[in-house]
Amino acid sequence: MLDGTKAELTERTALRINPAKTCQPIGAMYAALGIHGCMPHSHGSQGCCAYHRSHLTRHYKEPVMATTSSFTEGSAVFGGLANLTTALQNIFSIYNPDVVAIHTTCLSEVIGDDIPTIIKKARDEGKVPEGKVVIHTNTPSFVGSHVTGFSNMVTSTIKYLAEKTGKTTDRLNVIPGYLDPSDILEIKRLLGILGVSSILLPDTSGVLDTGLDGNYTMFPKGGTTVEDIKSMGDSFATIACGHFASHAAATQLENQCNVPAGFLELPIGLTGTDRFINAVRQYATIDIPEAIEEERARLIDLMSDLHQYLHGKTVAIAGDPDHVIAMTQFLVDLDMKPKYIVTGTPGQFFERRIAEILKDSGSNATVKQFGDLFEMHQWIKNDPVDLIIGNTYNKHIARVENIPLIRFGFPILDRGTHRLFPTVGYTGAKRLIDEMVNALLDKKDRECDEQWFELIQ
Amino acid sequence: MSEFEIKTVTGETITPQALKEEMLKIYPAKTKRKREKQILSNDPELPPEIGANTRTIPGIITQRGCTYAGCKGVVLGPIHDIVHITHGPIGCAFYSWLSRRNLAKPVNKGDTNYLQYCMSTDMQEEEIVFGGEKKLAQACREAYALFKPRAIAIYSTCPVGLIGDDVHAVARKMSEELGINVCGFSCEGYKGVSQSAGHHIANNGVFKHMVGKLDMTHDNPFSINVLGEYNIGGDAWEIDTLLRKCGIHVVSTLSGDVNYDQVCSSHTANLNVVMCHRSINYMAQMMETKFGIPWFKVNFIGAAATAKSLRKIGQFFGDKGLIDRIEEVIAAEMAALAPIQKDVTSRTKGKKVALFVGGSRAHHYQDLFSDIGMETISAGYEFAHRDDYEGRAVLPTIKIDADSRNIEEIHVEADPQRYNPRKSPEQIAALEAGGFTFRDYDGMMKQMKKNSLVIDDISHHEMEKLIAICKPDVICSGIKDKFVIEKLGVPCKQLHSYDYGGPYAAFTGAANFYKEIDRLTSTKVWKFVVPPWKQNPELQATMAFGKAAAAEDLTPKRSMKAKNVEPAEEA
Ligand code: SF4
Ligand code: SF4
Repeated sequence: MLDGTKAELTERTALRINPAKTCQPIGAMYAALGIHGCMPHSHGSQGCCAYHRSHLTRHYKEPVMATTSSFTEGSAVFGGLANLTTALQNIFSIYNPDVVAIHTTCLSEVIGDDIPTIIKKARDEGKVPEGKVVIHTNTPSFVGSHVTGFSNMVTSTIKYLAEKTGKTTDRLNVIPGYLDPSDILEIKRLLGILGVSSILLPDTSGVLDTGLDGNYTMFPKGGTTVEDIKSMGDSFATIACGHFASHAAATQLENQCNVPAGFLELPIGLTGTDRFINAVRQYATIDIPEAIEEERARLIDLMSDLHQYLHGKTVAIAGDPDHVIAMTQFLVDLDMKPKYIVTGTPGQFFERRIAEILKDSGSNATVKQFGDLFEMHQWIKNDPVDLIIGNTYNKHIARVENIPLIRFGFPILDRGTHRLFPTVGYTGAKRLIDEMVNALLDKKDRECDEQWFELIQ
Repeated sequence: MSEFEIKTVTGETITPQALKEEMLKIYPAKTKRKREKQILSNDPELPPEIGANTRTIPGIITQRGCTYAGCKGVVLGPIHDIVHITHGPIGCAFYSWLSRRNLAKPVNKGDTNYLQYCMSTDMQEEEIVFGGEKKLAQACREAYALFKPRAIAIYSTCPVGLIGDDVHAVARKMSEELGINVCGFSCEGYKGVSQSAGHHIANNGVFKHMVGKLDMTHDNPFSINVLGEYNIGGDAWEIDTLLRKCGIHVVSTLSGDVNYDQVCSSHTANLNVVMCHRSINYMAQMMETKFGIPWFKVNFIGAAATAKSLRKIGQFFGDKGLIDRIEEVIAAEMAALAPIQKDVTSRTKGKKVALFVGGSRAHHYQDLFSDIGMETISAGYEFAHRDDYEGRAVLPTIKIDADSRNIEEIHVEADPQRYNPRKSPEQIAALEAGGFTFRDYDGMMKQMKKNSLVIDDISHHEMEKLIAICKPDVICSGIKDKFVIEKLGVPCKQLHSYDYGGPYAAFTGAANFYKEIDRLTSTKVWKFVVPPWKQNPELQATMAFGKAAAAEDLTPKRSMKAKNVEPAEEA
């Protein structure tokens, strides 16, 4: 397995091998699914849309609906006006969504289609029914990563829709980041306990985690409604989780509607969750209820009980920047040693922020933005780690190097239940500890000499 | 043909025309006109003309993918000992990284299986603006330095064609510089109307740049290539094992668990048998013209179909020993399969299935279902052409439209040295006189019942309608439809990935498939979908245990005590 990967490091300037990122549109598609009644539309050739839908489906194991402009050579030459116009007419006639959220692809970006003009024309021609919303974002895949695409879609949604009426509401905006529906539910649960009413954008819960009851609706109950998105401009504050996925949208809202923004990291792990709770406390001027402190205390209890199994363990982490940053912080909280830290997404902020987190930890880590799994594997070959944390694409490295893999982030293609259990909040932190400790102990139980095989741990 | 009728959920008969009307009703006029030609009531005697291989309508939720997926993903991707570099931004390479289950097992332990690697030029804005050829050349150098592969294949994605990078020029240059075979494929996603264009482009490239590069001889005269078999879920391994039992040698499987040398020496086989006609018929034809290798269509999906295919291969070679061995193998395999088939059929007989997938499977798998008494009410391909539906007889009447014209038709001539017709004209005539057919594919429609519904490139809406009106017992489709179908309470079997199961080819695979369909149609989960209080709200709650059971369960110790104590008191 991965027999072509050798320990010897060589410089690569052109060849990406085993990426730790993918392209913008899939992120935009995912974000658009978090708007209620929304049909994501991929403006380009149909292959991109097919790939994005398939991959999202493999991760969420749920229907993922999206339409495409189905470019052919002709549209590649003459531009996508005709295709997008026809698409809009078909989408509203057949599927009747409240919102169509268009994102571009490499192709339409290179062609340079002017989407707002096309939308306007379609409206003028009556192809967009009265009262329907059409928004767009640009997602050139040769810039950034899927996380950038996600951020672009959320930012554009706000740009198109958020309004300020001048009457501040008692609601707090939360831009939660590129999270699973279960994470969004957990954030909502926490806000519920805190007694803060909120608007989350995007909100894929109730969209990509629906049950099986013999019915299918293309636009399920979940998702942030257009009305709520509009009123985000009147909320008293915004909390944005994740520099890469969420901060741009919060900045946009601050500039557009003067809603004060708090820039946080993902509420993953102890410190991340503490900061989130604390930020809500400050913005909403509330006291923290006992229930939250009890939850937190249970996590601390677990950290203390299992500390011995995690302390000093070395870890390789790869994935999306916001996730990796939050995870690194949690590992430091647990006195573990993050050793290789990689994101495929470009952006200097990543390395800077990781350096800050690691500053006092005594961890001597190799950190890389715009890196890939091939190189991380080479580092591991030179000097192994105790654990790998990342998405499914790490499983080959894990197997060949005999290192347990903790599946974390997007996408997880080879296990069924991750999408249902949150990684955020104190609850999520407990689950992460559970997975890490079990993985380490399972390995020990499988491999240790018989005299060390113990009943009680 | 027996009387066949499509039934609605409530058991009434619905004509295919009425069903079609229901599907089309909602469409805007232009969309309706187009889709009308792609949804047909079947007549196996005289298949009506289907509007296949035409553009997908923008805004319709389609199953289809792109040319790149057909070229890199389907045909070339499975060659496991060469390096595959996708030239473009990262997405296309990422999504085609191990996402199709074309399994591979390198011959020697320690040989690199490049399918585990995703390689891309990961183009950035700068290369989009100033051109990406330099980066591509450098990527080839880096790949060579790291892996020393036998060959490198380069695939263009959408933006590459538009900015005008010449991947072929880079490939030629790199071939010289690195001294290995480097070939480029212009398979930009927007070329053609589906994956199908990519198959054609891949066939051309593999034929031009690989086939015929390695001459060899085979001891076994019964040497064949299995074309259009991609080893999804290990199918090619099953077929290989079966053929070996019969004494037939597989030179190469295009492209399933195949290495570069096998591809390069495929012209040394004596026969090409074609599984997926759509994706590889070009190759069969070109190899016949250049090297004189005859071809015909086979199907190793389904027990009856497998037996028929084996017999045809036996008949082709006309060797008594081979024919006898084939009969022995069929008898033994059928005997092993029969009890399973019989057992499963007792539960599946009469159930209805609909299949919408690919370019051959929606047809092939009908054979497996008919093995277990299940009836196909509706079927269609995702990206096939008219000949795959109506049979190759219609080939001369297919109009070449602008999209097909974009794809190069390469001119092939007989190889001056190596052209060697494997059968003499007399032998061919004799075979044909006995009803043997070459270059044959009758298509899906001739095998389907009269008045079944054929739907090309089915849209999401049409699928939903089909389920609402007919609710088949099983639907075969792909990942994008799977969970929609299952939310509606119908089990879906994915026929691209096999839902990570398989193999389903040959007799042994057939057994797996029968059991799988048995599992899918009999699992309790579908019965749990409606909660008990909704099934019958009037019904009184039923407890898990009756009163007597509860007493017995909860009071054993007390009653023991009572036995000891009470008699004394009574006495
Ligand atoms: S990289 Fe570009 S062409 Fe490829 S899937 Fe992404 S958007 Fe489509
Ligand atoms: S029909 Fe299926 S096997 Fe054949 S090329 Fe298509 S996807 Fe592949």
